[in-house]
Amino acid sequence: MKDVMISVESISKSFKLPHEKQGSVKNAFVNIFRSKRTFEQQKVLNNVSFDIKEGEFFGIVGRNGSGKSTLLKLLAGIYSPDRGLIKINGKLTPFIELGVGFNPELTGRENVFLNGALLGFSRKDMDAMYDEIVAFAEIEKFMDQKLKNYSSGMQVRLAFSIAIRAKTDILLIDEVLAVGDANFQRKCFKIFRDIKALGKTVVFVTHDMGAVQEYCDRALMIQDGEIVDIGTPREIALRYELANTEDQSGSTKSKKLERPKNPSIQIKDIKIKSGGKASKRFSIKDEIVADVDIEVSKSVAFQINLFFVRSSGVYMAGINSNEHLGLENYKLPVGRHTLRCKVQAGQLVKDEYSVGVGIYTEGYSPDLIDIIDQTYTDDTPQITIIDSSIYQDGDFYLQGEWLETKNTKK
Amino acid sequence: MNKLKKVFSKENKVLLGELVRTEFKLRYQGSILGYAWSLLRPLVMFLILYIVFVKFLRLGGDVPHFPIYLLLGIVLWTFFADITSQGLGSVVGRGDLIRKIRIPRWIIVLSTSVSAIINLGLNLLVVLVFMYFNKVDLLETSLWFPLVLIEIYIFGLGLALFLSASFVKYRDISYIWELVLQAGFYVTPILYPLTLITNVDYQKILLINPVAQAIQDGRYALVTHQTLTTTQVFGHAYYRIIPVGICIFVLIGGVLYFRKNAKSFAENL
Repeated sequence: MKDVMISVESISKSFKLPHEKQGSVKNAFVNIFRSKRTFEQQKVLNNVSFDIKEGEFFGIVGRNGSGKSTLLKLLAGIYSPDRGLIKINGKLTPFIELGVGFNPELTGRENVFLNGALLGFSRKDMDAMYDEIVAFAEIEKFMDQKLKNYSSGMQVRLAFSIAIRAKTDILLIDEVLAVGDANFQRKCFKIFRDIKALGKTVVFVTHDMGAVQEYCDRALMIQDGEIVDIGTPREIALRYELANTEDQSGSTKSKKLERPKNPSIQIKDIKIKSGGKASKRFSIKDEIVADVDIEVSKSVAFQINLFFVRSSGVYMAGINSNEHLGLENYKLPVGRHTLRCKVQAGQLVKDEYSVGVGIYTEGYSPDLIDIIDQTYTDDTPQITIIDSSIYQDGDFYLQGEWLETKNTKK
Repeated sequence: MNKLKKVFSKENKVLLGELVRTEFKLRYQGSILGYAWSLLRPLVMFLILYIVFVKFLRLGGDVPHFPIYLLLGIVLWTFFADITSQGLGSVVGRGDLIRKIRIPRWIIVLSTSVSAIINLGLNLLVVLVFMYFNKVDLLETSLWFPLVLIEIYIFGLGLALFLSASFVKYRDISYIWELVLQAGFYVTPILYPLTLITNVDYQKILLINPVAQAIQDGRYALVTHQTLTTTQVFGHAYYRIIPVGICIFVLIGGVLYFRKNAKSFAENL
């Protein structure tokens, strides 16, 4: 049994939001005589409890305004809870954002020392670490320039390389991955692995379900100031996706189309697998295997299409059966059948996709027989393509290669 | 005891040092004369007041070394005004830190007061140089002079803690304090010798102000014994207990008020 590093016992936090900004002595004076001041009590966190154990990489996920940043600020000791107790067993990074206290009028060098002092490092400590910090941030040339002349990426790099040196038992990280170019992100990921390997406790707040599943041991999902669930990263990621799609479908529910009634061929189920096991997460080398159960009540010629829809709702790509099963007059006898479709996951870029299947009559202007798709139903299979494609951006994985064709030696 | 150890921990000292350093670097950022302004400001101020009040209005004719007497008063008052007015804006000014990092909040106020001390040190050097050229005799009472500085510091810090914490909620405080300082400058016998006020009751009222008492005692200790101090006005040295008591009371009150409010700085900023 490992030690509990952070113990949060039923904390609540609310903010007073004055209706009229009461920022002057006169107003305060007037309000003394008024029987009630007008402000709204906004509950940000309500009765939240959880434990984080030593060496855990703990994710906190939730949408904007769910209270996760407030929770992090409470953990960091920047806010104090209205009710409840937070016990921290060890030293905690005191900051929740990179580059806190950076001053644009100071040079990079001066900022390093100032930032170091905020983390509790003396000048001597910083002297010893200075070269390492600068080298990691890859900005040796700019250290004697004022920070205001840095690009935002350079500032983040500098901040990150100071922050990871903080000698603490517990690290708080808030959405660092949103910044920096792909190359630097890769470096951050490597650092995360290192930190994890060192057995440090990390609290990681993010929207990125891929990163949660990749690095976290456990995760917590928060919504409207209350804990929805604590569990394995996978469970939480699913939960989060579900909550998001629920919300989206909430607004589009009325627009759902109706699936054809009593079709001659009906789609019963779609099972997504990888290497023989049911799976929802795929990385670059995986093969996505989709087993589609259909029930044929009238043997007609048909074609079947399996397709992927991105989280944004954009139809990404589909794979049609007529190339593989025959262009004309492909039929199956009455009864239940399973058709299998195999797709290389690496062709898709990192995102969450919903998988759909459509069955059509043959020919170039087919009629719909049956379909399972986001626009028809909520329970389409969801898959997540993880870190595979952090090296590129765009809409799909462009296959091809780079080579050196000619080497002229001097 | 443990708490006190925490207050003076290595981390806090390092942080305090770095904050003071930054503030100093930034203060005269971009100005050609740079740090020289620390000396020039009080000197020019002194020159103006000297010309107007000593040369034109002929104040303080019967006080020996009146220019030094005047300069010291200005320097001490500047010290007090620096601590309070810079302290006042310190918490709001470093809102970026307070909202995003957990550091002891009082360090921010303390760092501005340390800057004020450094400034005072520079100004006192100027005073010493003037004393040398003005051939002021070194008085034995000079040994008491640091007590005067400590008294002003305690009073100023207490006020700065109170002001900075209330400034988070009430932004009028800065304007009010500006006026208070302006009024204080004239209510305190800085430009004129206290002897100019003939009514003893008024003299007593003026000397209840800790800064006035400290300035008069400072002049007595360093420049000339022909300074009217609390001892002469009230008839006994023990009456200093009133202004000194006010200082201690203000410091304790300031610390308590600051501590009570510091918890909610991050959300109120």
